[in-house]
This record gives sequence, C-alpha cells and structure tokens, in this order.
Amino acid sequence: MTNLVGQSVKRVEDKRFITGKGRYVDDMVLPNMTYASVVRSDVAHANIRGIDTGEASRAPGVVAVLTGAEMEADGINGLPCGWQVDFKNGDTMKEPAHPALAVGKVRHVGDAVAVVVAETREQAADAVELVEVDYEELPAVVDVVAATQDGAPQLFDDVPNNIPFDWELGDKEAADAGIAAADHVTTLEFRNQRLIPNAIEPRAAIGDYDDSRDHYTLYTTSQNPHVIRLLMSAFVMGIPEHKVRVVSPDVGGGFGSKIFHYAEEVIVTWASRRLGRPVKWTAQRSESFVTDAHGRDHATKAEMGFDADGRITALRVDTHANLGAYLSTFAPCVPTYLYGTLLQGLYTSPAVHVNVTAAFTTTVPVDALRGAGRPEATYVLERLLDQAAHELGQDPAELRRRNLIPPFDGSESQPGYETQVALVYDSGNYGAPLDKVLEMVDYPALRKEQEEARAGGRDLGIGFSTYIEACGIAPSAVVGALGARAGLYESASVRVQPTGKVTVFVGSHSHGQGHDTTFSQLVADQLGIPMDDVEIVHGDTDQVPFGMGTYGSRSLAVGGVAITKSIDKIKEKGATIAAHLLEASADDLEYAGGQWTVRGTDSSIGFGDVALTAYVPHNYPEGLEPGLEFSSFYDPANFTFPFGAHIAVVEVDTETGVVKLVRYAACDDVGNVVNPMIVDGQVHGGVTHGIGQALMEGAIYDEDGQLINGSYMDYALPRADELPRFETDRTVTPCPHNPLGVKGAGETGTIGATPAVVNAVIDALWPLGVRNLEMPLTPQRVWQAIQSANGS
Amino acid sequence: MTVPIRVTVNGVAHEHEVEPRLLLVDYLREVLRLTGTHVGCDTSNCGACTVVVDGRAVKSCTLLAVQADGGEVTTVEGLAANGELHPIQAGFKEMHGLQCGFCTPGMIMTAWQILERNADPTDEEIRHGLEGNYCRCTGYDNIVKSIRHAADNL
Repeated sequence: MTNLVGQSVKRVEDKRFITGKGRYVDDMVLPNMTYASVVRSDVAHANIRGIDTGEASRAPGVVAVLTGAEMEADGINGLPCGWQVDFKNGDTMKEPAHPALAVGKVRHVGDAVAVVVAETREQAADAVELVEVDYEELPAVVDVVAATQDGAPQLFDDVPNNIPFDWELGDKEAADAGIAAADHVTTLEFRNQRLIPNAIEPRAAIGDYDDSRDHYTLYTTSQNPHVIRLLMSAFVMGIPEHKVRVVSPDVGGGFGSKIFHYAEEVIVTWASRRLGRPVKWTAQRSESFVTDAHGRDHATKAEMGFDADGRITALRVDTHANLGAYLSTFAPCVPTYLYGTLLQGLYTSPAVHVNVTAAFTTTVPVDALRGAGRPEATYVLERLLDQAAHELGQDPAELRRRNLIPPFDGSESQPGYETQVALVYDSGNYGAPLDKVLEMVDYPALRKEQEEARAGGRDLGIGFSTYIEACGIAPSAVVGALGARAGLYESASVRVQPTGKVTVFVGSHSHGQGHDTTFSQLVADQLGIPMDDVEIVHGDTDQVPFGMGTYGSRSLAVGGVAITKSIDKIKEKGATIAAHLLEASADDLEYAGGQWTVRGTDSSIGFGDVALTAYVPHNYPEGLEPGLEFSSFYDPANFTFPFGAHIAVVEVDTETGVVKLVRYAACDDVGNVVNPMIVDGQVHGGVTHGIGQALMEGAIYDEDGQLINGSYMDYALPRADELPRFETDRTVTPCPHNPLGVKGAGETGTIGATPAVVNAVIDALWPLGVRNLEMPLTPQRVWQAIQSANGS
Repeated sequence: MTVPIRVTVNGVAHEHEVEPRLLLVDYLREVLRLTGTHVGCDTSNCGACTVVVDGRAVKSCTLLAVQADGGEVTTVEGLAANGELHPIQAGFKEMHGLQCGFCTPGMIMTAWQILERNADPTDEEIRHGLEGNYCRCTGYDNIVKSIRHAADNL
C-alpha cells in the first residue's frame, strides 16, 4: 500500500489502449457533425491573385468554402507567438502576422489557403480539388544561411534579410582570448538537420459552437489544452476565455509537435460558429508532414580550444537557426534560451560565447521537438569532444573526465554551479554516470574487441556522449525576463471525496508518459492509501482548473510538485479535523499509513473517516469550512538539470556504407525516480528518436521549396529491425530545489543519443581518414565519405 | 453507387451497403464505430490500422471494405475473451510495450500474426515481423519483450 514510489508499477492506463478503448480526437463523432478539408498551397512562395471557390461550393455535400478574406472580415487575428527575443542591438523582434488562412500570400508548401466543410470527409476532400487558387509564384529560399544574404527572396516586406531577431550569450572577448591562447583548437562545421516530428497519431480538431450558450468547445490533439484555450480565445478569436472549453483526450504522442497553437484549431472553431454545426478536421499524414512544426535545422560553426593538458580553454559557436515561414508558438526560445544556455555542458569551460542568427525561409515553421535546443547544444559539444579526442590522440572518456565539473549536491555548502551562459545547475555528479556506463559496456574489453575487429577487417566504432540538459523551465519571473509571454508554473487540484477516494485534477497532459500511474503512485504514497483509490484527471479545461501542460520533461518536476502541495494542504486540514475527533492537539498528531495517530498512543483515526467528517461536519472544529479539496500552483525556483553518459557501438560496412548499431548503453541521472519501468521506457523512446536523427531522418527540400520526402514512403523513421536492445541504468542525484527530488526524464535519450551514434561512426571511420559526416548518416553519405577519404 | 457487403467482425455478422471506394479501416471505424483500429498514415507504411482478415494480418487502409465481403475480421476489440485479456494484450501491459497507445492495436494484431506463424520466435524474428509497424514512443525494445512474454504464455 505504501512505498509505491520507486517501484515499477504496471500502468493503470494500459487496459483501455490494449483493448481498443482509447479515445482519441478522431474517434469522436458529434451529432450533426461536418467535416473540414483544407486547401493547401502547393507552391512555396507566391502572391495569391485570386481564389475561385465557385465550383467547390456547388459540389455534392459541400456546406461552405471559406477563405482568409472571410476570416479577416470576421475579425480573427493571426496565430500568436509566445516568446519574444529581441535583437542584440535592442531592436524589437520582428513578428509578422501568421494568419490561420493565408491572406494575400503563401509562404510554404502546406500553408492553409481555404477550407471546405462538407457532410462527409470524402465530400470535403473531393471538393478541395475543385478550389482554384491563382498564384503569382515568387522565388523560394529554403536554406537558412542563404536566406540571410542580401538579395535573397524576402518573405515579409518589413523583415530585412528574413532575420526576425539575432542573439548572443556569453563573454565574446573571453571566448576569443581562450581560443587564441589554446594549444589546440578543434573546429567543426555542420548542419543539425531539420526533423519532422511524426507522432503516429495525426493531429485532429473538432470545433463545436453552441449558440444557445454562446459557448465554444474545441477537441484537439494538444499537449497543453489550457494554453491553447488562452491563445485562441484572447489572442486569435477575441472571445471570452470562460466561454471556451478545450479538451485533449487521449493523444497519440506529441514530442513537442502538439504544444503549438495551430491554424486548424482556429479554422474549425471559427467555421463551427459560422455554420452552427460541429466541424471536424483530421490531418492526413501528408498534411502532417507539411503542417506539424518541424524541429532543429541549424547551420553551425563551432570551435573548442584546449590547453596542453587537454583542458577546455573556450568554446565559440556561431549558429544560423531556420525558423521556417512564420514564428511558431515557442520558436524564438528554442535556438536561444534552450540552446545557448546549454553550451557549457557539464564541463568547466572558462569561456563560452554563442552567436545566433535566426531566419525565415519558405518552409514549414520550426519549433520545439523532443529536446528542443538541448539536442542541438549537446551535439555541438559532444561532437567537438570526440573530435578533439581523436585529434589529440586521447581517450574520449578520459578527455571528458578531465573537464567535468566536480560533484556538488546543491546544498548550502555545495551550492549550484554557475555557468558562463546564464544558468545555475541544481546538483550534479557528472562523473558517476560516465563511470557506470563504462562499466556497463566493460570499456577496456570493448576497446580490445574493436582492435580485434579492425585487425579482422571489421570497422567497429565506439561513440560517447556525456550530456546535461534543462527541464521544467522556470521560474516564471526569470523566463518572463527572457521573453516568455507565459508563466511556467503548474497547477493541480486534489479533491478528496466523502468516501476517502481521491480525484486529482492536474494541468500536466499525458500523451504516452503514463501520468495516471506515476501521479497515482505519488498520491497513494503521500496519503497512505491504495493506488486504486486515486483517479487522475487531465486534458479538459472545464474539469482541470488551470494548467500549463506537458513539454520540456516538466510533468513530474512541476506538475507532480503542484499535486504534492495540494496533498500537503489536505493533510494539514485533515489533521485539524482528526485532532478534533481525537480530542487532541493537531501538533501532537502524526500521519502515517493513512491515519492520524496521537503520538505515543494507540489513539488514531483513518483518512476515510476524516474525509467523511469533512463532508458530514456534525462533530467538527468550530469555524472550519467543510470539504476537503485544495488547489495549488507551483512555480519552481530553478530549472532541473538531468545528465548522463551514453555509449553507442556501431559496425560500418565500408563496402556499402551501411551503419549497423550493434550496442547502445545509457546511464542517466534524472534525480529520484518514481517508476523505473516508465523512465526506462522514456529513455528507450528518446534514444530511438536520437538514433533516427543520427542515421536516417531529415527533411529534404528542393530549391523550389518542395518537401521531397513528405511521406512515410520517403522519410525514414527507425523500425524495430534496425535497433539493438537497449542497456539502461541510472545514477541518482536528487534535485535539491523540489520536494520530490526529481529532474525529468522525457528527453534525455534524444539529447544523448544523436552525438553518441555519430561519434561512433566517426570513430569507426577515423582510421580510414573520415573526419566529419553530415547527418543523417545514410549509407550513401557514409560510402561517399569513405571514397573521398580514400581519394585524398 | 453502393455495394452490399456481409462481413463478420469479432464474431458478429454485419450487412451494409457501402461505397466501393470505402476503405476497410473506415468501414470499421466509421460504419461499425470500432475505433480501436487507428489511421496513422495514408501510404500503408505505419501499420496502426493492422487487423486480421481471414487469418492474416493486413493493413486495413490497404483493403477496400468490399474486398472483405464474406470475410472474417478480427480487430483489437475482438481479442479479449470472457473479460480476460488475450496473452498478447497482457504481454504489452506486463512489459510496458506501449506509451501513447496509438500504434498499439496495430502492434498487437501484428504480434498475433507473428506468433501464429511461429509460436517461439527469436527476438530477431520478432523485430523482423514488426518491420511494417511504426512506434514513435517505445523504441520497440519493450514491444519485443511484450511479444516474447506473450509467446511464453500462449
């Protein structure tokens, strides 16, 4: 009954999913519902001369064909950006309008131009083909560096060189001096390629306007329904927030892509109001490819200096960050505050400077994708470290160890570690996971195996990645000062029912993370009641009072603490009631195993009796309100900083360029762990995402701005037969600034994996003369690199 | 415009008039309202829509409803019997073989096929059998273990 925390409790949400009873947005059918299909731009950049909706309007079953002109006439604003990053010189960020339906111009293939609403899905799709859009085509620009050059095609008249902001962080002079004084400088130039998120559930939305109550309901595949409600009501549609309910039921994966406020959410809500009927839109996969916000897409030059002892003297980084055609909801913070701030890594670099130029291109908007900025930062650091190890002829584990920040627990005597790039790390023992992962793979034996393999003509490579990342981004006042237009707290209400059963309403949203289980474990332990007595409710703004949602591995570290705060209040009020019933002082009570006991006596009363008394307050403390229910908001004091060490082992077939991942070991430190099974699952999935980036994934645009690989026929996701069995373990360094001591586990795998795998391939091919490779490391690229190295 | 079909789904006989272009997955989801079978792509790559038709696992977005005429279809809703989870379902729960649950019905039906063909597959054989199904959450490791668990309990 107690001590559930720390156990691999099987998931309570599983039964509905394994029996086909999950309830996703596309599963829902409302009475009198219509179906929307969106007319999308098939050109990357064009003025819209005209839209002829006549034939489509007359097609069978069509209820309405609506365009941006009608939306504008109805006073609907564009999609807002939730983060402001101003120019280095103090100029305000350029923030061009992002209409939900294009007005005057389209700026990427997939941009929404019109919507057809019909009686059936098929009729809507058929009629979309009949809408004639007259485009005056303009030149496209897809490359982020090219976009910033004079003379490049301009997406917006008032954004010169397509640059909405630039940004820097760190001491440039110190970094320049550190590089100049270095005995050895490792330099790399590379792309961190554009990824397409590909949650397996395509996005979907149903707008349902009820004119009798002047009330809107939006069912949407979101990771943060309250945020969508706020953005759509206050900023886009100008409707009162209390008249809007947003429901995100079961959601089939997000990975960041379902954080953002999307055009279709506005379209169905607005169309439902106009038509007086529910309007449903479900993305086809081909639409997902050209509308879900993409991730990464950096062009970077990075230099790391080392002294004669192999200690880092400085890091200097220059990055161009592709934002796509518009500022997506949180786009500006990703290549800045979630990237530059992580460039210290877990190393004692005395000087770090990063310069970022952000640019619009005629491509799908780019925003947070699993890891969001931290994978890009980690890739910079970890590629440099492995590269330097090769160049200096040192062991990559040893070179890292020499540069690690010494252990500290975040207590008063061992305070947080202040970096050169604005963060204060909470607690760290960065050598611990490195030591452990070396043990896991038996590193000396592994190197010996590599030597033997090489002698036998097999090209085995071992790659490292020791990372730190930042989760539960907070506190609100700090992130506000950095440009966030939202608070980054979390909210939770805990309602004790008269029978002693507990309902938890939490703003965190579960779309695979297993919150029903993890939060129930927490609550059951804290109250000393069975897990079965706890129900977790999330994903509905009418049920959950408020919430900021799930992203950045924040659910447990922020949402879990908000729940804990409410439980604490319940225990405190419960103690007052218990003291009354036991005729004792509340100070003399202790709470354990689901009951209050007068210390040193056998006089006790159970949680259920106190709950019942709270609702049937016949014999009750004078002046105390009935009921047992509390809400709490938790705004953390700092980010949390998980860290870890990963090792990838690959074998490269130099005849074909095929990379086989033969082994993957991850040792992560995510602070205290509530459910090890779930955390391992998060690591597995995250690592796979990172492997996907290293070896197979990447959006390819041609020069006309067409996404060449916009389907599963062309865009490769990792499959079961391409992956090894994962070896995972942990070290535990509790977070000192939250009562659960937890850090966050949703993104570590993705952050650690990509450089580990690429480093392993470079390690395999270094003796052949290969010095760098652009991701993804497809057989063609690897083979060509081997050929070029042979030729040189 | 429409064609009559008779299909037995999860042991229940159905007769409907359907458009010839109606996909089996849309018949299951929209006509029969069996929404456990999911649509994850439009190119028959992701496998979320996998069901069993006449003893073979098929991607139900690749089949027209009229092609299932006279056939027997089993979906994820039809696996549990008498309130007991099928061992494959139990395996997925036991070994944490799912996270968001969206690909899970397709994975389970594919697993059914894998084990039907080979009651004692190796991990490699299981992985090979899962080639046609995407999962973005789990990294497949626990799915392989789930199917292994089911194999041991079937």
